[in-house]
Amino acid sequence: MAMAPHAPVLERGRAITVSELKDKARWLRLEVLRLIEQAGLGHYSSTMSCVEILLALYYHALRLCPTDPNWPDRDRFLLGKGHVAVGLWPILADLGYFPTQWLDEYGSARAALTDHPNMRWVPGVDFSSGSLGHNLSVGVGMSLAGRLKGQDYRVFVLLGDGEVQEGQVWEAAMAAGHYHLGNLVAIVDANRYSGGGATNDAMTIEPLPERFRAFGWQAEEVDGHDFAALIAALDALPPPSSDRPVCLVARTAKGHGVAMMEATPQRWHLGLLPPELRETVREEIARS
Amino acid sequence: MSQPTEEKMANVFTEGARATGLREAVAQELIRLAEADERVVVLSADMGAAVAAFRERFPNRYFDFGIAETNTISVAAGLAASGFRPYVISMAPFGAIKCAEQIRTDLAYTMMPVRILALLSGVAMGFFGTSHHAVEDIAILRAITNMTVVAPSDVPSFAGLLESTREAAGPVFFRLCEGTETPLYAEPPKVDLGRWPVLREGRDLTLIGTGVGTQIAVQVADQLRHQGLNLRVVDALSLKPLDEAQIERAVAETRGIVTVEEHNVVGGLGSAVAEILGRRGWVAPLATVALPDEDLEVGVPAYLRQRYGLTPEAVADVTRALWSKTGGTRA
Repeated sequence: MAMAPHAPVLERGRAITVSELKDKARWLRLEVLRLIEQAGLGHYSSTMSCVEILLALYYHALRLCPTDPNWPDRDRFLLGKGHVAVGLWPILADLGYFPTQWLDEYGSARAALTDHPNMRWVPGVDFSSGSLGHNLSVGVGMSLAGRLKGQDYRVFVLLGDGEVQEGQVWEAAMAAGHYHLGNLVAIVDANRYSGGGATNDAMTIEPLPERFRAFGWQAEEVDGHDFAALIAALDALPPPSSDRPVCLVARTAKGHGVAMMEATPQRWHLGLLPPELRETVREEIARS
Repeated sequence: MSQPTEEKMANVFTEGARATGLREAVAQELIRLAEADERVVVLSADMGAAVAAFRERFPNRYFDFGIAETNTISVAAGLAASGFRPYVISMAPFGAIKCAEQIRTDLAYTMMPVRILALLSGVAMGFFGTSHHAVEDIAILRAITNMTVVAPSDVPSFAGLLESTREAAGPVFFRLCEGTETPLYAEPPKVDLGRWPVLREGRDLTLIGTGVGTQIAVQVADQLRHQGLNLRVVDALSLKPLDEAQIERAVAETRGIVTVEEHNVVGGLGSAVAEILGRRGWVAPLATVALPDEDLEVGVPAYLRQRYGLTPEAVADVTRALWSKTGGTRA
């Protein structure tokens, strides 16, 4: 039974064109550059790979109520790969979860917005993250809670492909299949790189769709930079009442949107663009 | 003392103790909580047998996650973030030590109202090998910000602690020891966390116990009273928060302190009391009865307690020795 929120709801499947989303992608990538420069350090390439995923979720797929962030019937979003919070902050500010001035304090001591998200400090963060491998389990708990209360919200968890190497992810995947949590959606940002190198060089995680299917999930692959494909995949999700959790393996490129970062994703996993490169990179994004 | 023979295997946890301890109380206490509060759900990692009665009464409010303790803790966090009050049943060595990072990151930093009932702490599973000893849990958990760490000394105090922590904002860890079968409280005490009950008044020395340590301390006090020693017994029901005022009373009104715990001597109750004494600049002779920081032997609990001086007789010796050290006469 849906409880009325204290403010208007952004419903699922909101109308937005691919062209509008591409504008937002340029805006978000530029904001990521700005915030990381302001902070002095940040995860560029891991954030660039999931820009389109975050935008498709927040401007199209998720049912939200930014002025009542704890509204019980909202769809949940958990940023398993918490190190890309810098890509989430501009979106939450734009949707009205907190004043945009908060962004200007990003990176300074005592700022609410940090490198990894803290649910106690920031409205709109459904759960803290930072320690990889935890959030899919948290999502299982939230999905179970929805079932127990007869609510129809969905729980989305964005995982890094390196994060999938954590054993707890598979404990959670097993539990989600066992409890038939069709209200749970895992999206893997499969950008093929982790902090230390190519993900599959460190430890083979592929074939991801087959592995999730073996744990009782419905699993699909999608081009994680193609808005039309992402929206089609999100629109095609089975209803939350269905009996199988869904995994979308988003094929992405680490550093996408900045050729130099895409060519050497490791170099830009964590770093700071030197001043002499900043304008060139900004122009490249603006032109894209 | 010999190792168990086959016919004694059934008593391998408690060796002859009456089966009316904390393990037996857990299911009934959880039923009581769940009847009063529809937010209460119970989770375990393959510990369903311990709460069979609860599962029967509330089949839709019990969730098993198989032998996957870390996942269980993080799932509980998700349920708590959605308005539920999860109680997680676990075996102390796995539910506490293996899950320390999930407890810290997903429960404590986030202030999730999850309660962990960690059965068979200390050397209750001493027979099964050092993998099954849980002698570091107090040290690890009390170092985590926002944690509440409690340890009942009998069944009524377990019920009292459950009641007093029902509405606690953050996570609570229950350290459940064996050897706590004898009731020390006539009825569930109303517990103020951070206020340690006084079970025996006395002015010579203060014995502070936790869990089975309190049971031992009470026996020592009753035994030595006949020999003319007037011992105060304090029950450290909460290891976090501590009761600084009670420690101050011990320093001001008695001649020294003996702590008793079934835990490594590093980081447990004795360490906690020593920290307070040092930080406050309070001077008092202190004896810490605990397990040594060395490879422990493997054996049934009764054997291990005797081996490492966690018996009323051994603690009485320590107490008399401390009394002699303080002069052995009243001022």
